[in-house]
Amino acid sequence: MIRDLFTKNKKKQAITIPSADAKNDVPEGLMTKCPECKEIILTKDLMKTAKVCPKCDHHFKMTAWERVECLFDKDTFESMDDHLKTENPLNFPSYTEKVESDAEKTGLNEAVLTGIGKIGGNEVAVAIMDSHFRMGSMGSVVGEKITRAVEKATEKGIPVLIFSASGGARMQEGVLSLMQMAKTSVALKRHADNGLLFISVMTYPTTGGVSASFASVGDINIAEPKALIGFAGRRVIEQTVREKLPEDFQTAEFLMEHGQVDAVIHRCEMTEALAKLIELHVKGGK
Amino acid sequence: MSKSLAFEEPIVKLREKINELEEFTSANDVDLSDEIGKLKTRLSNLETEIYSNMEPWDRVQVARHPARPTTKDYIAELFEDFMELHGDRTFGDDAAIVGGIGFFETKPVTVIGHQRGKDTKENVKRNFGMPHPEGYRKALRLMKQAEKFGRPIICFIDTKGAYPGKAAEERGQSEAIARNLVEMAGLKVPVVSIVIGEGGSGGALALGVANHIHMLEHSTYSVISPEGAASILWKDSSLSKQAAEAMKITAPHLKEMKIIDEIIPEVLGGAHRDPKAQALQIREVLRASLDTFREMDEGGIIDDRYKKFRKIGVFSE
Ligand SMILES: [Zn+2]
Repeated sequence: MIRDLFTKNKKKQAITIPSADAKNDVPEGLMTKCPECKEIILTKDLMKTAKVCPKCDHHFKMTAWERVECLFDKDTFESMDDHLKTENPLNFPSYTEKVESDAEKTGLNEAVLTGIGKIGGNEVAVAIMDSHFRMGSMGSVVGEKITRAVEKATEKGIPVLIFSASGGARMQEGVLSLMQMAKTSVALKRHADNGLLFISVMTYPTTGGVSASFASVGDINIAEPKALIGFAGRRVIEQTVREKLPEDFQTAEFLMEHGQVDAVIHRCEMTEALAKLIELHVKGGK
Repeated sequence: MSKSLAFEEPIVKLREKINELEEFTSANDVDLSDEIGKLKTRLSNLETEIYSNMEPWDRVQVARHPARPTTKDYIAELFEDFMELHGDRTFGDDAAIVGGIGFFETKPVTVIGHQRGKDTKENVKRNFGMPHPEGYRKALRLMKQAEKFGRPIICFIDTKGAYPGKAAEERGQSEAIARNLVEMAGLKVPVVSIVIGEGGSGGALALGVANHIHMLEHSTYSVISPEGAASILWKDSSLSKQAAEAMKITAPHLKEMKIIDEIIPEVLGGAHRDPKAQALQIREVLRASLDTFREMDEGGIIDDRYKKFRKIGVFSE
């Protein structure tokens, strides 16, 4: 009994405390300047518009916990696997310190937050990547957390949503990082074979190994406006093909034009769109 | 003799000296056979010593050797009645990936691999073995075909990576690779992948979601090239030798990390010194691998692959 209470408390803590932490720890001043239109916005007002610039629609980067606030039915989200800890398998100098410092800064154990929650009344498993943590790069823990979230979704027979925000594979974990692309893929295949829905939401940035694995193979691929999405880096491509690339190259809109995403959806309409899509996949209809 | 590599310098020097002495003896009618014999023993010892103590960077050089046997070389040695099949049925035929069907010993199999060129002309045709999306889509088409007819799939991995080009992005390089990862996960037939040269990043992995992964002794498998790692991690691409070590990209490292199954020994000095003998080594390992799955049903094959990748990763909880 006491133990039950204890676990319950622990779970509750995991929901609320990191959220508050994350908000307090992001070192933002009172005012935020939009990098696109240079408009000065009251930082506290920015969250009211889901961190979208009210003047030019620029989508600011979001922390994983900020996205949770926008996405789920009130108090329904419970995080998972916050206890997994990154190791330093290649013994890279100062890697552990960098991970620990980002953990402190973001209130996350790694570059993805996973869990179960309800959207529009329907239960879903989610993985939300956070580019404030080692540029959202995928190492062993990120791969493991996403895999466990997908497996949980398969076990419960519910959809899985992955919000990507990642520069790609985590260099400091070498080929182990590369293999996380395969690990998450085998889990997603099993989920798919059970007839379950996977929605991939690509946000700024979705590149490299994340783009070349789960992010691109949703039953439905959605992107946020102007999000950078691509396999190779712009500079590498320019050096290879020796030509200047168009301005909109590797943007969400560019991908839509080239048939790679189903829809580009404004962040303020994202939750409603996702709720509708999930509703459309409930077995037996309304 | 094919191009020698920096770490082979002492061997080359000694061999030159022996040749000189031999020429001198035949031209001047003197007997130096004792000296020559001694030097030959020294040469053989030196070869054993140097080739069995290769540093990661030395292996990278061997893996990139222009004369290193390619997918097509091994296909010619290992499979009978091989017929190449072309095209992704959507866009085109990517010469950076070859595939087809043939017999391995008595059993029909599908064979797919990255294909480098050995000279400039062929490298231009094959885009240096760096595929576009249509290459990966051709590979997937052939894998699905293999599945339909119950044929095992053998993949040879040998690429610096998927091509980082404008057209490749426009046609969905990410999706093409990602699709292969997911679809390979579900194949009802056994897949055996063998890294024969460079296994570069996602472009290599797209032929690598296999039940068994083997690596030739001097091949490499990495998330990024040593040059790329050096420039990202230390902003200095001249540190690639150090990066090759730090990134743990050689076969023994991957075996230690439990990512690969077998290290296939190479002939002394590297596969390019005797491609036929090398193919024999591969044949043995391939036969053993395929035998493992002879009694396994479709579900068992998929589960086996699931378990293999499910457990890769280093973390604590
Ligand atoms: Zn703005």
